[in-house]
Amino acid sequence: MICDSEEVAAKLTLQGVTKTYRAARGSVDALREVSLQITEGQFVCLVGPSGCGKTTLLNIVAGLDEPTGGNVLVDGCPIAGPGRDRMVMFQEPALFPWLNVLDNVLFGLRLKPNLGRRERREVAEFYLQLVGLQKFARADVHELSGGMKQRVALARALAPNPRVLLMDEPFAALDALTREQLYGDIQRIWKERRKTILFVTHNIREAACLGDRVLLFSAHPGQIREEFLIELPRPRDINSVHLAEHSARITRALKRHLTTETEAAA
Amino acid sequence: MTRHRWLVFSYFAALVALWEALARLGLWSPLVFPSPMAVGAYLVHALADGTLADATRVTCRRLFSGYILGLMFGAPAGLLTARFKIVQDTLGVIALGLQTLPSVCWVPLALLWFGQTETAMLFVVVMGTTWSVLIAVDAGVRNVPPIFARAARTMGSRGLHTWLKVILPAALPHVVAGMKQGWAFAWRSLMAAEIYVTILTGFGLGHLLHYGRELQAMDQVVGVMLVIILIGLLVDKLLFSPWERYLRRRWGLAL
Repeated sequence: MICDSEEVAAKLTLQGVTKTYRAARGSVDALREVSLQITEGQFVCLVGPSGCGKTTLLNIVAGLDEPTGGNVLVDGCPIAGPGRDRMVMFQEPALFPWLNVLDNVLFGLRLKPNLGRRERREVAEFYLQLVGLQKFARADVHELSGGMKQRVALARALAPNPRVLLMDEPFAALDALTREQLYGDIQRIWKERRKTILFVTHNIREAACLGDRVLLFSAHPGQIREEFLIELPRPRDINSVHLAEHSARITRALKRHLTTETEAAA
Repeated sequence: MTRHRWLVFSYFAALVALWEALARLGLWSPLVFPSPMAVGAYLVHALADGTLADATRVTCRRLFSGYILGLMFGAPAGLLTARFKIVQDTLGVIALGLQTLPSVCWVPLALLWFGQTETAMLFVVVMGTTWSVLIAVDAGVRNVPPIFARAARTMGSRGLHTWLKVILPAALPHVVAGMKQGWAFAWRSLMAAEIYVTILTGFGLGHLLHYGRELQAMDQVVGVMLVIILIGLLVDKLLFSPWERYLRRRWGLAL
C-alpha cells in the first residue's frame, strides 16, 4: 500500500465515524456511524441545516478534531492528526494579517520539505496566477475584498499540493456576484488540478452546482440520509434550469427529513 | 510651512503668550506662578551648567534598565500564563493582584529591603513594569483568533513553530500596546521613586523636582516638569510610533 504517494488525488474513506459530546443532560451524538467512500478526484458536497454535524465531520477528516469512534482513511491509511495531504479552506479566509499575500501562500510551502527557495516562490506565484491574483502578491491582506481573500485562501490551500481539499462553507460570507465568479473558478481549478474535494455547505443550489455527488446530512443524530448524483456537464452555471431541478429535488428530500425528525422528536 | 503646521505652531505660541500675559498681570506671586521667561531662563541655566543633562542621563539609565528588566520578566511570564492553566492560576493571579497596587506603594518596602540605593530604585521600576506587561501579553495571546492556529496546523505547523510563526505575530498588536502601557508604568514608578528616595549615587529628574520644591524654586519645578513631559513624548514618538505605523499599514488597524 502506498501511503505517501504525493501529488495524486486520493481516495477518502470514512468507516463508522462517530462523535459524541457529553452535555449536561446525557450525551449528544453529533455524528453516528457515518460511513462514506469518495473516489480519487471526486467532488462531493455535504449539505444540511446548520448544527447537523457536517462541519464536525469535516474537522475530523482534517484531523483538527478526534472522532469518538470509527476511522478516516486516506488511500487506505488511517490519518493521524492534520496533514499536508488534506488542506482546509474555512468559512473565514483565516489569512495571516502580518504576512503579505505571497507570504501567506508561502506559509504552507515553507513547511513542506525538499523544496528550494526558488521552487517555493514559483509554486506560490503559479497558484496566485491560478486564482487570478498574481498582481496582488505584495498586497497586505486588509487591502483585499472578501472574495479576493477567499481566493488567496484557496491558493494557500492548493499550493502544498494536497491530495484532498476540504472546504467548509468557504463562500458563505460572500455576496452573490462574487460567489458566482468563484463557482466558475473552483470548477475550473478542480478540473485542472484534479483534487478530491469534500465541500460542506448549507446552500443546496451551491451543492448541486459543484458536486458530482450531494450527500444530504441531518442532525439528531448526525447522519447521511440520502445521496444524489448530479450528472450535469461542466462547467455548470448556478442559474441553469437543469440545476434548479436537481436542487428542488434535494430541497424536497431535506424538508421530508426535517419533518420526520420533528415528528420523531414530538 | 503648510497651513496645518502653521495652525499647530500658532496654537502653542498662543498658549505660551497667554501664560506670559497671565504672569505679567501679577495676580499671583512669581514664587507661585513663574513666567515662561523665568522657566526658560532656568532651563538655559540648567542646561549650561550640566545639571539637567546629568539628571536626564541618570533618570534614563534607571528607566531603561528597569523597563528592559520588566519586559524580560513580564513578556515570557505572560506567554506562560496564556499557555499553561496552572501558571495562569498561580502566577497569573499574583500578577493581577500586584498590577492593581500603585507602584509608589513599593517604595517603603524597597527602602527597607535595599536601603537608599540604586537597587531600591530599580526594584520599584521593575515592579511597576513587570505585571502590566505580563497581563498585556497574556491578554494578547488569548485574543488571538483560534482559527489562525487551526489553519497553521492544517499546513503542518506544530508546537514551537506555531508559537513563533503564528501566535506571537498574531498577538503583536496587543504586545505592542502592552509594551507601551508597561513603559507608562515604568516612567510613573521611577518618578515616584526618585521623588521619595534620596540617594547619593545620582540625582535624577525626580530629585531635581523634589529640590525645586524644597527651595521654593517654582521655575525649576515647572522647568523639570516640562522636561519630563518632553521625554515622555520623545519616547512615544521614537520607540512606539514606528511599531504602530507598521501595525496600521500591515493589519489595517486604527491604533
